Amino acid sequence: MKQRLRHYIMPLAVTLGAASTASGDQWSDQFPHIANTGDIAGECSYESMSQKDYSGRTLTINTHAVPVMGEPTALHAESFAALTGATVDVIHTPAGDLYSKAMIPFQAGQAPYDIVFGFSNFIRDWLPYLEPVPEYYVNMRQMQDVTQSHIDVNSWDGQMVQFPIDGDRHYLKYRKDVIDNPEMQAKYLADTGNELRVPQTWKEYAEMASYFNGWDWDNDGELEYGSAEVMKKDDLMYAAFFSRSVAYSKNPRTEGGFFFDLETMEPLINNPGFVEALTDWVEATSYVPPGGINFGLGDEINSFGGGQTLFSFSWDDAFVAAMEDTSPIKNQVGVAPLPGADRVWNRDTGAWDDTYNQAPYIVWGWTAAVAKKSKNHEMAFDYLCFFANDANHQADIAIGRFGVNPFKKSDFVPEIYVERQGWDPQIAQEYSETLLDMEEGSTNRVFPLRVPGVFEFTSAVATGTSKALAGQLSPQEALDEVAAEWEAILDRVGRDNVRDAYAIGVALEDNLR
Amino acid sequence: MRFGHKYAFLLPGLLVLIAILIFPILFTVRLSLSGWNSYNPNLDFVGIKNYIRLFTSDARFWEAFFRLSFFSFTTVFLQYVLGFGLALLVWKDILFKRFFRVLFLIPMMTTPVIMTVIWKTVFHESLGPVNDLLSYVGVSYNWLSDPVVSKFTVIIVEVWQWTPFMFLLLLAGLLSLPKEAFLAASIDGAGPIRKFIYVTFPLMAPISIGAIIIRLIEASKIMDTIYVLTSGGPGTSTETTSFYIFIKGLREFQFGYAAAMSFTYLIIMIISLTVIVNVLVRVFNGRNS
Repeated sequence: MKQRLRHYIMPLAVTLGAASTASGDQWSDQFPHIANTGDIAGECSYESMSQKDYSGRTLTINTHAVPVMGEPTALHAESFAALTGATVDVIHTPAGDLYSKAMIPFQAGQAPYDIVFGFSNFIRDWLPYLEPVPEYYVNMRQMQDVTQSHIDVNSWDGQMVQFPIDGDRHYLKYRKDVIDNPEMQAKYLADTGNELRVPQTWKEYAEMASYFNGWDWDNDGELEYGSAEVMKKDDLMYAAFFSRSVAYSKNPRTEGGFFFDLETMEPLINNPGFVEALTDWVEATSYVPPGGINFGLGDEINSFGGGQTLFSFSWDDAFVAAMEDTSPIKNQVGVAPLPGADRVWNRDTGAWDDTYNQAPYIVWGWTAAVAKKSKNHEMAFDYLCFFANDANHQADIAIGRFGVNPFKKSDFVPEIYVERQGWDPQIAQEYSETLLDMEEGSTNRVFPLRVPGVFEFTSAVATGTSKALAGQLSPQEALDEVAAEWEAILDRVGRDNVRDAYAIGVALEDNLR
Repeated sequence: MRFGHKYAFLLPGLLVLIAILIFPILFTVRLSLSGWNSYNPNLDFVGIKNYIRLFTSDARFWEAFFRLSFFSFTTVFLQYVLGFGLALLVWKDILFKRFFRVLFLIPMMTTPVIMTVIWKTVFHESLGPVNDLLSYVGVSYNWLSDPVVSKFTVIIVEVWQWTPFMFLLLLAGLLSLPKEAFLAASIDGAGPIRKFIYVTFPLMAPISIGAIIIRLIEASKIMDTIYVLTSGGPGTSTETTSFYIFIKGLREFQFGYAAAMSFTYLIIMIISLTVIVNVLVRVFNGRNS
């Protein structure tokens, strides 16, 4: 790992050196957002964009509401307009409506937006309406720095159709001041007979979260709780469920699908692995803060980032929020891969494999794409390229509320977090190593479901699992209901259509590409 | 005398009516006979397949409908009782009458979505003031995350928001009542309760029916409160018909099926409200007689 990190440090050092010799001062004076690095030389740097002239032309962007992704979109739009003379109209849309707001004009053959922001798992449904990223951008140096996982996430069958602007995976966040605290370790051992450590399995996670639930373990006068999780129905909760499921259901010995059996297209969502995960999740309702069953992503970020819970897992944002200067727990949080399981379901044998299993979940995240029917392809791709240029990206990933997270190889260098953001060196090291290992180290990864009608499938999961969390159904009943709904969706959308699309994701999971 | 020009004057209104009412309904019916979804954005013809699915295999739609009925009847009943009470309170000459009349109308003047966000904060289980206050007496509730309690939270918010509407209509009705009937009742020696039972309430029947029907129509479309407050959860415990149609149509992009649900729902509502109006007329007329 250290060797690999050194491999990435060298280009970064060159990049930073280039930055210091580039016209950083000139541009950072005008654009304070990049004050830390100045402009960084590249195809889409501030200097390069200033050479373009888009005067008299208008770029229309549909993006998320402020602040997550909406704020950097608007900020970079303002800079892009100042540099190129273009007029940039930014429209902000709630997360739940991003898909439909683009899809309705897409299906009607209209192009009200040149650029649409959304989640990377929209890719299959949006595919017919998107302009592929031109070779020039795919081959440029900025893109060579993007990890292969995120090239894959933004590509369809080898062709890049979405522009990488963000990197996402789910991982564990924990309070280091508790887990690494010798006094707490001794107390936990005395009370439970178990070792207090970064949880290796979801069962350990549950034991520790239950133990640290409902008392003031950091002496701040407030009650703390075990875990903050995204459990609110229809608010990204299905991604949290898949994060809890991968350890029990992604068996490296059974290739050919995590969500479906690729050969038969039988839904696997109600197999014992997923049921075990949902059973754990139902138990988790007893160690989340009051009302935790209604937590959306924002609540999770605020809860863990505000020091209310011992654990959290999902996107980077809760960790970045916890590590901002204003956070009460800055440099008291750690990161680790998602917990694993002591057994994993083997669908070939129809039995549990009693062996430790862990699998990273390269979850979908923010992405942006250019509408095929747009009349401003070049300007639109230039904007996206500018959005993700090295100077903007370095500044963006330091601001938790922006929702921009590491996806470039040069992001996984601990020194940048220590020097620019004041992170504890050990935390920065753990952060970089954990993320990079998920991206490039594991061969047992799960990629998001990217098939036609993806929202129907994930909505069924959200409904079923939320019924289990609310106690309306047992985990097995809930997932049987989801499986039945998935069968119905397969019939409606077409089993072969779904299989063709799903095979592309399975190839990534089975490391065939 | 020729009156042909009269039809020319009617034409713009007719065209507007066709554009905003007739065409959407006809298009919805046509859409409901198609399989339009995210993968197949076409007005193909699948017959009554969507209706068969709705009536044979979608228990969630009917659960949402019965939940909606519960919400509608409960909230409108409470709004009527409270609205009538408040209207009676400021009908008579009391101190600061005008101030109270305006005060009671304030919830209706606020934007429902914004107020629901505020209510969500108020009822937040760990950060909200309600549980904080209740903790002084050793009580706390999962206002938004308990399948049963969350229903009552929705009812509280709806009643708070729309009782002023009922209050406004009923107060206007009270102010327009003829004084002679009350004078006659007074001469006959009727007290306040008898006056209310035998004079006020019967005379208010037409306005009461109108107010209840208007509110029932509005309550049957409840969407924004659910969307913001609970997203239909926990589980499906607060999911209503309109929210479910929204999920199927605009979240999952099952336009054909969502159209079938919308049209079915429209028919059910027309029939239900017609029956309810007849029942209410019989009830109030019964009291009159």
